[in-house]
Amino acid sequence: MDSLVVFVQQLINGLSLGSIYALIALGYTMVYGIVMLINFAHGDILMVGAYTGFYVLGAMGPSPLSLGLAFLAAMIVCGVSGVVIERLAYRPLRNAPRLNSLITAIAVSLILQNGARVLPFVGPNPRQFPTMKTVNVQIGPIGVSNVQIIVIAVSIALMVMLNYVINRTKIGKAMRAVSFDMKAASLMGISVNRVVAFTFALGSVLAAAGGILFATAYPQIDPTMGAMPGLKAFVAAVLGGIGSVPGAMLGGYILGVAETLTKGFISSQFSDAISFAILILILLVKPTGIVGTKVRVKV
Amino acid sequence: MSAKFNLKNFALLAAVSVACVAVPGVLIKFNVIDGYTAQIFTLAGINAIMAISVNIICGMTGQLSLGQAGFMAIGAYACIWFAQVAQLPLPVAVVAAGCLAAIFGFLIGFPTLKLSGDYLAIVTLGFGEILRVIFVNLKSVTGGPNGKRFTTALAAQADLAWFVIVGTLVVVVILLQNFLRSSYGRAILAVREDEIAANSNGISVFRYKMTGFVIAAFVAGIAGALYAPFIGFVKPDLASFNRSVDYLIYVVLGGMGSITGSILAAFTLTYLQEFLRFLQEYRLLFYPVILILVMLFRPQGLLGMRELSFVGIWKKITSRRKA
Repeated sequence: MDSLVVFVQQLINGLSLGSIYALIALGYTMVYGIVMLINFAHGDILMVGAYTGFYVLGAMGPSPLSLGLAFLAAMIVCGVSGVVIERLAYRPLRNAPRLNSLITAIAVSLILQNGARVLPFVGPNPRQFPTMKTVNVQIGPIGVSNVQIIVIAVSIALMVMLNYVINRTKIGKAMRAVSFDMKAASLMGISVNRVVAFTFALGSVLAAAGGILFATAYPQIDPTMGAMPGLKAFVAAVLGGIGSVPGAMLGGYILGVAETLTKGFISSQFSDAISFAILILILLVKPTGIVGTKVRVKV
Repeated sequence: MSAKFNLKNFALLAAVSVACVAVPGVLIKFNVIDGYTAQIFTLAGINAIMAISVNIICGMTGQLSLGQAGFMAIGAYACIWFAQVAQLPLPVAVVAAGCLAAIFGFLIGFPTLKLSGDYLAIVTLGFGEILRVIFVNLKSVTGGPNGKRFTTALAAQADLAWFVIVGTLVVVVILLQNFLRSSYGRAILAVREDEIAANSNGISVFRYKMTGFVIAAFVAGIAGALYAPFIGFVKPDLASFNRSVDYLIYVVLGGMGSITGSILAAFTLTYLQEFLRFLQEYRLLFYPVILILVMLFRPQGLLGMRELSFVGIWKKITSRRKA
């Protein structure tokens, strides 16, 4: 019985962590689906979002209203910075060899990290993220904290909204068209530049939300905080099949649950190694990710 | 270029290689170059060996690896183990460490080289991170997160370190150049250019990808095995993703597929990072800005696919003199 309780408990923890990974992974996968770029700066956008939330919450004190405002402010700041980064760094390289955009993405990531470190009001030292008082709800022997409920609820709401935008709106249709065939889409009168900019904005908005949720769940923030969740979310995106939106959500949850279950049952020190090992195993069995489609090579 | 053995070209290259190793080495010996600068340039030598390793995978074999630092870390820890526990002399330990890294390369490559493009990149990335976690937790061998000390003469004597490390770099370059002009090397380049065409010409794509991967792992292992006694200290961070990215940056900046390009880029960028120190913290911002500018204005890297040819330069000089 005991191990069953641990199992369910870790499952809930995993769902909460997995929702954050899924939110971040969506940004990776949407950008990859459209411009074939692994946007390494995505994790650092998360950091920007967390810091924006930190200042809003710091000024207003932690309450549900200020948390909402923090989300709003972080989303605006990150959305704008996502568009600016795309315009300045990635758009000039859109037709360059793919490794060049990859190196540029890494450079942007370094600029964001080191920029935050140099800026006088951010600084290199870790800060305590202001959070609401944690309340644990006990359901039998299993505890669920209010933070976990907020994390899961907010991320599911955002994912439902994203799904609506992609599948039901005009710009979403344009996004799908551009990701299917950029040239053909542009011949059909779709402004590719606008769609790509919108995609970056959308991804960064989700990363902003992910950043605040991550900082609420693990309340310590510093300029390099985005690196590890960014890397894991990227792994989640690949796990699900990079370029696929449902894949990213699925991958995020699988990774989150796998990570907490290893922490609960095997070893907390090796949890990172095991989540990467799971990734490698899944890719060996299914080389294009769980829901990725295989592209046929034609001569 | 004629296939015949050309004594003049051979002598020229031999002279250049010896000069590259000996001249700065002697200058370091007599303190014309101070110890601090010598250390930077020797470190650049190790970075250049790593850049060559990444270039073998990215530039020659056409695959993207984001976990090359993992092999370097294997080499570094293996070198310490072979020298301290197995009591082998240092040169033997270095070669043994390279071989161990190559064996790991074979084991990792066997299942993963079937993947292509970004998926291979992710698997190698995961491999590096797994290694880092293992090194952190395997305290009895690696000393855990605090790292492991390894003091040798190489750390104390700047001139000896330069001779050994840049000497190894020159040997690696010579062997690699010969390899690339062998039938194996040509096959690897064919795989890079077009896998399907190579396959239909009877080249086993998987086998040659594996050859490239194992050689790259060996070179990275050697670089790590030299890094450990030179720095005198190894931490699990050596295997981290950021390290692998650093080496990839050298390759892309120098020009993918150009060995001389990666060496030039490794030396320039290693020195640049030290040179920019007068900017203090802002140096961390300048470095990525320079990267972006190079990518924007010279997307093929400094040398592109070309090599800096000493024979070519010599010919240019002599022909000008005649005219």
